[in-house]
Amino acid sequence: MGLLSDPNRRKALTNLLTRLNAPICMVCYLAAIVWFMGLAFEPFTLRTYMSENAMGSTMVEERFSSGERALSLAKEFDAHKRKAGGMPVEWLVKAMQARGLEVFTQSFSRKLPFPDENKERYMVRGTNVYGILRAPRAPRTEALVITAPCSPGNSDNQAVGLLLALAQYFRNQIFWAKDIIFLVNEHDLIGMQAWLEGYHHTNITGVKLKNYLMTQFHNWSIQAALSLELSSDVITSLDLILEGLNGQLPNLDLANLFYAFCQKLGVLCTIQGKLQRNDWDTAEGYTHAAQTMMLMVLKQACGRSWGDHGLFLRYHIEAASIRGINGFRHYKMDVATIGRLLEGMVRKLNNLLERLHQSYFFYLLPSLSRFVSIGYYMPAFGLLAVILLLRALDLWVNLGAPALEAVDGVTEAEQPSGPGVLTVLTPVVISHLTGVALYLLPVHLQEMAVEHFPVSETEAVVLTAVAIYTAGLALPHNTQRLLSGEGTEQGWKVLKLTALLYLAVLLGCTALINFSLGFVLAVTLVPITASMTPHMPKALSALAMVLLSPAFTILYCVFIYQELIEAPVSVGEGWMLFLSVISQGILDHALYGSLVYPLLALFIYPCWLMFWNILFWS
Amino acid sequence: CQPHPGSFQEELVIRPLHSGDIYASFQFRTLWDTDFLQEGQKKVSHYRLFPKSLGQVLSKFSVQELHISFTQGFWRTMQWGQPFIPSPPGAELWVWFHDTVSDVDGNWKELTNVLSGIFCASLNFIDMTNTVQPSASFKPLGLGNATDHRFLRYATLPREIVCTENLTPWKKLLPCGSKAGLAVLMKSEKLFHSSFHSQAVHIRPICQQCTSKAWELRQTLNVVFDHYTSGQGKKEWSLFKMFSRTLTEACPLASSSKVYVDITDNPELFELSPATPLLSQAVVLGDRRTYSVYDLTRAETFGQLRSFNLLLRWKGDSGDMLRPLLHAERYVAGFGLQTGEIHTVIYNNHPYRAFPVLLMDSVPWYLQLYIHTLTVTSKSRDNKPSYIHYQPAKDRHRPHLLEMLIQLPPHSMTEVTVQFERALLKWTEYTPDPNHGFYVGSSVVSALVPSMVAMSTNFTQDQPLFSSFVPVKEESSYFVRVYTEPLLVNLPTPDFSMPYNVICLTCTVVAVGYGSFYNLLTRTFQVDEPSPPLAKRLANFIRRIRGVPLLA
Repeated sequence: MGLLSDPNRRKALTNLLTRLNAPICMVCYLAAIVWFMGLAFEPFTLRTYMSENAMGSTMVEERFSSGERALSLAKEFDAHKRKAGGMPVEWLVKAMQARGLEVFTQSFSRKLPFPDENKERYMVRGTNVYGILRAPRAPRTEALVITAPCSPGNSDNQAVGLLLALAQYFRNQIFWAKDIIFLVNEHDLIGMQAWLEGYHHTNITGVKLKNYLMTQFHNWSIQAALSLELSSDVITSLDLILEGLNGQLPNLDLANLFYAFCQKLGVLCTIQGKLQRNDWDTAEGYTHAAQTMMLMVLKQACGRSWGDHGLFLRYHIEAASIRGINGFRHYKMDVATIGRLLEGMVRKLNNLLERLHQSYFFYLLPSLSRFVSIGYYMPAFGLLAVILLLRALDLWVNLGAPALEAVDGVTEAEQPSGPGVLTVLTPVVISHLTGVALYLLPVHLQEMAVEHFPVSETEAVVLTAVAIYTAGLALPHNTQRLLSGEGTEQGWKVLKLTALLYLAVLLGCTALINFSLGFVLAVTLVPITASMTPHMPKALSALAMVLLSPAFTILYCVFIYQELIEAPVSVGEGWMLFLSVISQGILDHALYGSLVYPLLALFIYPCWLMFWNILFWS
Repeated sequence: CQPHPGSFQEELVIRPLHSGDIYASFQFRTLWDTDFLQEGQKKVSHYRLFPKSLGQVLSKFSVQELHISFTQGFWRTMQWGQPFIPSPPGAELWVWFHDTVSDVDGNWKELTNVLSGIFCASLNFIDMTNTVQPSASFKPLGLGNATDHRFLRYATLPREIVCTENLTPWKKLLPCGSKAGLAVLMKSEKLFHSSFHSQAVHIRPICQQCTSKAWELRQTLNVVFDHYTSGQGKKEWSLFKMFSRTLTEACPLASSSKVYVDITDNPELFELSPATPLLSQAVVLGDRRTYSVYDLTRAETFGQLRSFNLLLRWKGDSGDMLRPLLHAERYVAGFGLQTGEIHTVIYNNHPYRAFPVLLMDSVPWYLQLYIHTLTVTSKSRDNKPSYIHYQPAKDRHRPHLLEMLIQLPPHSMTEVTVQFERALLKWTEYTPDPNHGFYVGSSVVSALVPSMVAMSTNFTQDQPLFSSFVPVKEESSYFVRVYTEPLLVNLPTPDFSMPYNVICLTCTVVAVGYGSFYNLLTRTFQVDEPSPPLAKRLANFIRRIRGVPLLA
């Protein structure tokens, strides 16, 4: 600190910082990108290891062998599902009761804010059926959950069949120390949300569920949950899905457990649908790992639940989805093998003495056997955040400099603070009001929009959002004139200083909760916001700003994601996907409480508008 | 002085359950017509049937009545009906001390430590933070109508694991040990291969033909076998299948030794072999039941093979069980680590009778109850308890105690809710496995439930033991105690690992760094010129007068 309290050295340091500000920022930005890309390079990452003692040292034997029974149950379930045109409640209740479970049902109904065109639903009515295997000699305090969805069409029948077969097998075992809940949920996440809210007796998404209280309610603290998706009789590989709501991830030990059993049983396992490669030292090997990691970053950044497990994470229940994939390989595995894998995982979870807490909660996975922990990836974000702070420091010094150099009067030094408050406050307030409009209006104005334009409700919502977003660009750059007349040089500097610090805080907080989202936003927002001044060529910089605005970030993410999953799309298709992503984002917020849409609409977009304001400062 | 006679009875009741499971309940009763607490009498040192280890403890600590139970598992009232003697998961201990005891807390502490040694259990973890003095829920079951609850202590250890190490000392208290009589069936590998296991010791003074006071020691052991895991899915039971033993003789010291099988649902439900001509009727828990009785003191019971093996075979699918009239459950609502809400739900399944119940809740201090949020609702209407006894907790000293008398409307569900906040413990107060969660003991619902049939109020010697434990005071109702599930609550827990230390350290560094930086950034620094020497000042003074530029 002595360095800074000595005015001479302090001056030298600030001079250095202001003089070298632009190069330092550039170096930081490049370093951040390089650091981030380096995370996928195998020698820089750690090998995964099981941290939890209770799961590591205890060996379990897998003996599940009723694969045939699972398949015949799946066929039966399919037939009854078709007959009932939805969840075959009666059949399922009987089937579970016959296997010695205590069976309960929960019916729910829900009206979406606007029709979901991807899944074609608006008024949702459904029933969850769940059976409980009571652990012998256990006091009903802990439980594990295994879920399988009741999906329309042909999918996921085998998952339900396997679930029932496992229930039957598990029921005859004596070693259970935790109750096991077998849940078949209807309408995927909506059913899951209904079940979880009923279970925890809360109502957090603010929507009334019709049949709220579960009859015969019992309380356990759920230790872990596994969600099963299986649509074919044989599979070639199993995919593990970890990303949950708001980018939450389960404890890494759950992924390790899955990987350990895949290794033990010789099952091919993938993450993000990508197999692991061993040739890390070749370019292809590295690209493969980088793609896997990028996919994880994109999936996590979008903040939605990528499987039925995603909603459990909010309740501090470690959960993952396991999806069976039937590809074009020769080597196929039957249902009994998957059953054995699940048996092994559940038995090890059954051995847990404490909740899973030993391993990491914040990580990125370039492959199933390698992980990047928070300590390794945070510097990449830190380097980006430092740019904002450096620019802010530069501005601060700039703003303070005339005051220091002023010899003859106090008037000049006090000048910026006078109009400063007002010039800064007006654009800030107006930008945020635009953000509030973007958050509230699309859903609330849909009826009006449908009346006046020939569009469906969903289109109305999305197009209103796009319209408000675009209208926001036209609005604020004239605002400060309204109040204070001519914008001063001091004025925009104060505004930019505020905006920079605001953005730094916003991105910092976001990155702490959801690193991927924070990083993706920082990569696109930082360069343009750091360099923005009113003195740049208007048309060119306006174009650059728009191209790096949050909405375009989403658009790029859509394209990159499609590229990474090897399903590239044309511009037109990309645009349609972009629109559906927006509608899904709004729906996720309304249905499950995903926070990405409000974050973007209420904070990031207004913050970006403030910079837009600076560009048109006059 | 003539040694006082005592008597010993043993009994096994087998109740086939509707679910296909089977409930076996052992009861052993040792009676002793002496009063070793009586003052003036010389110290009793000659014990015959009554276990000396317990007798000495009773007289040393002036215990009036002692009830201790160890239970592994949860009694599923909705599937199994009411048990003969209920008990909560884990260990439960309640003791009435003699009213001459001056230092009840001291006696209680010593007693728990001694019992801990006798039963090989962690009863020594009972201290003031989990002991309460219920004002109404636990009345003495034996002689003496003590009402001053200062002499009562009640504690539960919901986390206690019960295993063979607790069974062995319990068996040693029996006069025949596990050598003869019904106790030979108690092989731990089978008893612990079950859905529910509970063993208990109840000691109380009773009235022996009402001429003199006698001490009664009842040892009970209840076990439920599951037909999926123990019965290989077949609804067919025998003594051998349950216990991997058959009976060959009664305990020679026993005055009566009987096996009862509940055949009230016979012949629709199951068939029983060997058949017995002896039938007995008893009114148990408000219901008239019929029992087949096998008297082990008679040689013909054992037949030609000199061994007695009961066989029960289910004939078809059993119908639905009558719902138990009183039923309770409890859960924690909400999520997150800051607040929560305890819900206790009590069901009255009686179609037309309302009856009052006493609800007792003992909640550890680290759940800070907001008692002003206490609500009692039945049929979505406010239900005002007619009696509330609430003792707030003291941090680290005393748990919350909440007792309420609630009238349950007929055929209704009554919900009691209270909100709480989770306390932040000191770091030494966490258990070695803090992420497992912290237990809150079962709440206790005690009630006099209206009976379907008239209860017999006379207390006779030849009544079966299982129907004579709780004294019946009136014909129209019977006493039931229902325990809810214990709760497992997560408290805010630090990481307790290396990253935790790193976070603490980093936060400190950031705090210190932030302070200095803030200081530096908000303050302007100026070079403080050292004051010029006197000569220079004088020179400057003269120059100022002359109007010449000053010296630097």
